[in-house]
Amino acid sequence: MLIPCPLCGARELREFTPKGSAVTLHRPGEDAGPEVWHDYLHLRDNPAGPSRELWWHGAGCGAWLVVERNTLTHEVTGAHLAEEEAGP
Amino acid sequence: MTVLTPQGPLEGLDLHHGNLKLSAVALGRVSWIAPYPGTETALSHALQAACSMSFPGPGESRESTAGRILWSGRAQALLIGPQPSAAIEKCAAVVDQTDGWAAMRLTGYGAARALARLTPLDLRPSHFSRGRTARSLLGQVPGLIIANEDGFEILVMCSMAETARHEIENAMRSVAAREDIPKEPA
Repeated sequence: MLIPCPLCGARELREFTPKGSAVTLHRPGEDAGPEVWHDYLHLRDNPAGPSRELWWHGAGCGAWLVVERNTLTHEVTGAHLAEEEAGP
Repeated sequence: MTVLTPQGPLEGLDLHHGNLKLSAVALGRVSWIAPYPGTETALSHALQAACSMSFPGPGESRESTAGRILWSGRAQALLIGPQPSAAIEKCAAVVDQTDGWAAMRLTGYGAARALARLTPLDLRPSHFSRGRTARSLLGQVPGLIIANEDGFEILVMCSMAETARHEIENAMRSVAAREDIPKEPA
């Protein structure tokens, strides 16, 4: 599996570490209710198809990436820097 | 008084297997430079003024009479040679990592084949041309690989220099051994 790192180009899986769903980039506000926090912390979709995941390019440039991957086919359709969504 | 001689982690390294040669590189001063958010342009100007080089983009390196600067990851680079000026330190985090890195050079025909046994990088000249840098793995050792005119320069963290040397020597030996196999007649 090759992941197209926006800084390094297509790199092999062994340079990366997965972190799970990219929902953690969008943290609820401090004043959000307990239900919202419960949802953010514990409830995850388990999509059969396109998914957005966080991957760390630890053995490469060290950047966090949002990788779009299809969980049915393992096809990687894109990747961009997580800082573009969450700020540096 | 006793005079202490500084020694590098790969002091005296000079290995030959087949056409391949692995030798230690004395880098001199190594400064890790990471621009603060929003100061990339100011940093490039400061580097230009002090060392006649701009800050390298991803996978790039620059060279001038003052020294070299190698991209070494997201928003960071290694300045090899000169002492960073005060203007550089104003717009970037600067850390002296001279004792943190060990460098070696792998040259000779088949250098890419030897390295390809260790790293997942695409080392073909069309993808990794002269002057390009890449952070990747050498076996289990993370490193920075730079394409040269006649081979590769490999920077690893000092503490893992011996492991990296061992891995590269094994790869060199394997490539050299395959060259010794007589070709079967067609």
